[in-house]
Amino acid sequence: MPPPTDPHVAVDRLFREESGRVVATLIRVLGDFDLAEEAVQEAFVTALETWPARGVPDNPGAWIMTTARNRAIDRLRRRKRLAEKAELLGREAAIEAELAEVDPDSSIDAETDVSPIADDRLRLIFTCCHPALAIEARVALTLRTLGGLSTPEIARAFLVPEVTLAQRLVRAKRKIRDAGIPYRVPPDHDLPERLDGVLRVLYLVFNEGYGASSGDRLIRRELCTEAIRLGRVLVDLMPDEPEALGLLALMLLHDARREARTGRDGELVLLEDQDRGRWNRPRIDEGRELLERALRMRRVGPMQLQAAIAALHDDAETPAATDWQEIAGLYAALRRIEPTPIVELNRAVAVAMASGPEAGLLLVDALVAAGKLETYPYLHAARADLLRRLGRSSEAAAAYERALELTANEAERTFLDGRLAEVARG
Amino acid sequence: MRYLLLIYTEEQLEPTGDAAGAEFAAYDAFTTEVRDRGIYQAGEALRPTTTATTVRVRDGQTVTTDGPFAETKEALGGFYMVDATDLDDAIQLAAKIPGAKHGSIEIRPIFDYGAAEGSASEAVGAAG
Repeated sequence: MPPPTDPHVAVDRLFREESGRVVATLIRVLGDFDLAEEAVQEAFVTALETWPARGVPDNPGAWIMTTARNRAIDRLRRRKRLAEKAELLGREAAIEAELAEVDPDSSIDAETDVSPIADDRLRLIFTCCHPALAIEARVALTLRTLGGLSTPEIARAFLVPEVTLAQRLVRAKRKIRDAGIPYRVPPDHDLPERLDGVLRVLYLVFNEGYGASSGDRLIRRELCTEAIRLGRVLVDLMPDEPEALGLLALMLLHDARREARTGRDGELVLLEDQDRGRWNRPRIDEGRELLERALRMRRVGPMQLQAAIAALHDDAETPAATDWQEIAGLYAALRRIEPTPIVELNRAVAVAMASGPEAGLLLVDALVAAGKLETYPYLHAARADLLRRLGRSSEAAAAYERALELTANEAERTFLDGRLAEVARG
Repeated sequence: MRYLLLIYTEEQLEPTGDAAGAEFAAYDAFTTEVRDRGIYQAGEALRPTTTATTVRVRDGQTVTTDGPFAETKEALGGFYMVDATDLDDAIQLAAKIPGAKHGSIEIRPIFDYGAAEGSASEAVGAAG
């Protein structure tokens, strides 16, 4: 890919990709998020000043590590001078010594590494996604420290005021410090549950970017890109975790359809109406390859199942060629592991496609009878669609109206309005 | 790092009879485990909320009321103070407390005034 002509953008992108490892290592050595981030930030400023003129260094990662490390040492020395207690002095000296030993050229493939999972980025991911932190805090912290997104960017993406986001980050870091959240990869017996937490955070970020919610389109694309990038990092660091591969596959298989999802005027294009020629085939191939690798490990999980469903959609040359029977079966399997109403709703939609709207409506109405998902717009939209296909127009209209009551997104509202008009006519 | 593990349970659901015996034994086992690890600092069962008294001072007036601070379904029934390695360690311990199965355990880190105050970067910030 040709480098962008704007040197600032080049530095920005390169820096963001390389600085995650640096931040992670500095946090481990310094035991302080803010100090680590400040040191890296100072290195970034220097990069902006020198790279455009002198050219990007041959090994940007090593340059950033060396520069940030030196900035951190400077700050520590200032702290030492102000330190009054001998205890504090001793600690600062110890940190400085450890910092000096950090090897900027070390790579995760080096034979000297005890194991790949010693990578500091993995420690950082698990710390940012610790269950003791509120979910919004986990998302914000992950994007800020690993994703390299700025506070205003994250705030815009999640439609919260910048000051709220900033406070969220402050409180999260304070909790990590004050409650003693350890900076490490969880021990084996905790790993499955904790990894599941990390995957959910990344998936949440991806969905926020992929979903049709209103908001800045550019920043939403940025979220998908970041989620996928972090997904790749996770797969690099944990290549034997099938669910990590499953998540990356799932994101790639969805992201492949991005171009075809919105019409010329920004309107929503349903899966069945999308121009499949605009789907990104290399992404689909990559997603399928990852999924196959995951499935070979014979430890199926929710991410892999959802990826398999996405792969079946991406496989179909035309909507009519979609293997809905298989998809319905996968949702049934997913429901066994994750028995949630939303999974059941998705299953109902697949069953309707495979066996006719009557069969699907039976399942949807069972959810309604059980009082599930009453305020979930897609329940009513799905129900409306089934009723429409069965020619039960007035009931369909009522369901579309309920769906509209619950939908804020413009593109989705336009679509529902159109359907409502259709059933009202006929 | 020292933590207080606060045990909240619904007093109405407290085991009685034989089940109470089993609960006592379970608490005994947990206490032994914590003591053996050398991290036990304190631990007590509290008398029920019917014996509680709440005190507040407002505008120089001491106001005394019958009952616990907050009338909630789950009430504070006991606590342990432990010196755990970190939060993960405290979480694992909390999960072993018998009350966790039918109630909630709140983990609160203890403010250690003895150790270096806050982070040194705060000192730098204050010094400008």
